[in-house]
Amino acid sequence: MIIGAIQIEKKHMVPLRDKILNPIVFVLLGLTFSSILIIAVGFNPIKVFSKMISYSFLNLRGINGSIRAGLPLMFCGISVSIAFKMNLNNIGAEGQYAMGAILGGAFALFGPELPFSVRLIVMFLLCAAGGALKAYWNVNKTIVSLMLNYVALLFMDYLCYGPWMAKNQTTAISESIPKGMYLPNIGNTGINTGIIAAIIIAILLYIFFRHTTVGYQVGVIRNSLKSAEYAGINVKKYILIVMGLSGTIAGLAGFVQITGVVHRVQAQLPSGSGYTGIVIAYLSQFNPIVVIIVSVLFGGMENSSAAVQIMGVPSQIATMLQGSIMVFVIAGEFFNHYKVTLNRSNRGKNRNNRGENRINKENHRKVRGVA
Amino acid sequence: MTAFIISICTAAIVYAVSILYAAIGEIFTQRAGIMNLGIEGIMLMGAVSGFLTVYSTNSLKLALLMVILVGALLGLIFAFFTVTLRADQTVCGMAFLIFGSGLSGFIGKNVTGIASAVTFEKIEIPLLSQIPVIGDIFFKQDILVYLMYLIVPLSMFYIYKTKPGMILRALGENPAALDAAGINIFFLRYAYVMFGCAMAAISGACISLSYTNFWNEGMTGGKGWIAFSLVAFSRWNPVGAVLGALLFGGISIIGINMQIYLPGIPSQFYSMLPYVATVAALIITTGSFRRKHTEEPAALCQSYDRENR
Repeated sequence: MIIGAIQIEKKHMVPLRDKILNPIVFVLLGLTFSSILIIAVGFNPIKVFSKMISYSFLNLRGINGSIRAGLPLMFCGISVSIAFKMNLNNIGAEGQYAMGAILGGAFALFGPELPFSVRLIVMFLLCAAGGALKAYWNVNKTIVSLMLNYVALLFMDYLCYGPWMAKNQTTAISESIPKGMYLPNIGNTGINTGIIAAIIIAILLYIFFRHTTVGYQVGVIRNSLKSAEYAGINVKKYILIVMGLSGTIAGLAGFVQITGVVHRVQAQLPSGSGYTGIVIAYLSQFNPIVVIIVSVLFGGMENSSAAVQIMGVPSQIATMLQGSIMVFVIAGEFFNHYKVTLNRSNRGKNRNNRGENRINKENHRKVRGVA
Repeated sequence: MTAFIISICTAAIVYAVSILYAAIGEIFTQRAGIMNLGIEGIMLMGAVSGFLTVYSTNSLKLALLMVILVGALLGLIFAFFTVTLRADQTVCGMAFLIFGSGLSGFIGKNVTGIASAVTFEKIEIPLLSQIPVIGDIFFKQDILVYLMYLIVPLSMFYIYKTKPGMILRALGENPAALDAAGINIFFLRYAYVMFGCAMAAISGACISLSYTNFWNEGMTGGKGWIAFSLVAFSRWNPVGAVLGALLFGGISIIGINMQIYLPGIPSQFYSMLPYVATVAALIITTGSFRRKHTEEPAALCQSYDRENR
């Protein structure tokens, strides 16, 4: 396609260099755009960004905080990524997270007296079940899963304001879960073991989608639904499997958040992680291992928004940054698939084309006139 | 009792109108073949820009203009992504949702919870407002509601009875045919996406300047999603959207009032009502067991690429 002096060509193969470089360039552009907004509100973006980076990435305590804040994001990001492996959009991750937290939290708070390791495993399974349950219930219906997100969140609100509310508390939080159920830190570093769980899950999924029959068939469905149907693959079954898996992992976000970070159930626990997970999955090109790195970066962003609040910058800066980065990376995706060149030598050709267009238009007019 | 019914119906209409602008805008956008999932974010941007303008200038006209401009600008960006760059519309919509909610919270932080000096006043229409009950419900509303009385028949007429309306319907069904007929479909899609976003922004302004008189982060609280689901519920028909909006408006308002009369049930369950109703309505109207043929535009969510014909 030729527009003026710009020529657009389709790329058939995306070189790895572009795949990596492209998002980075557009992330930087997104940050530049947000800088303009930060200036417009009356702050110095360089000061704000350097404060954010030094707070959350340049010391061990900050890195720990970033990882901890990134934990639920990792699970949500992985959850969305695997749904996308079959071109399904899991917008319900937020509610699956909430359901996971509700079921797992109920067990942690009121479960029977069992050895803590058993209780932890049961809670793990319940969180997963909560997420999967919600995923099964609204297979492939964008809007239904969205509505159920609100229902799940409101139900969680009800529990935290009502029957589960801790005594002598004015905010909507439950009692702490028993100490034995806390996820331990790695040695003395203060880094939560949740990240190891995330890494293991990411690697397992990577192998699952690369090297098993199920993974292969999912790939066929993604690339061509028709071929999959002709080949006799039961697409409906796979939608259930993949959405169930996706929901399970989103539910586990509730598990790590409760056992690893907040140690209790509280209202509005997911606070948008499910939606941020979509951004993260997209930025990581749906690769579960990259999701973990990006999640830590995003966790740092969220973590440091509290630090810049002291400077007077609204804490919503984190969401704003995430949104503008995503918008720019989507724009950048175009340049992964198309080659855009400024073309001066082709001017003559262009003029010819335009001439043709004019003739075509006249023809159309004639045709329409007759009709 | 009559007074009670009147108050519920009046509030239901205000609620319905606040989602109808977005829903009717989205009907036009989707009929043009573009799905904008980011309504909620655009509504928030509309709400905050309208409120900020009123807060600093005390002029409602200026605020409405500003809201339309902000909406159209966001629409321009959205159209650039989805029409020109052919980005995935679902992902793009989610990006706009996150961007809109983040940016609106960011720029509106300093005015959170402050009441504005002016809001859209209720205007009584002479004669018509004298009709008992009906006059009280329909003709003692603010200007945004009256505008909606005009927009609904106009949009019905436009979509079903005019030539541009026919082109609009074709745009979502078979853009390739229109392109072959020499119609600039890229321009048209830009126009309808911008129109839809401007309408969504007005919806946001309804919430911050008419339904309430303050700005709060995330104050649309899922209304954008309800508007989005209304589009499928209405089968891409403005009158269907009106019926749906009134239904949801009624359910929400009754829910809020029940809280006062039946305080035994926790308030969260009342807040769930509109969402549960939406799910139920969607299952009933668009469920696969009802009909094989849906009126969904065939080219919805597919970006048009001349070279891929």
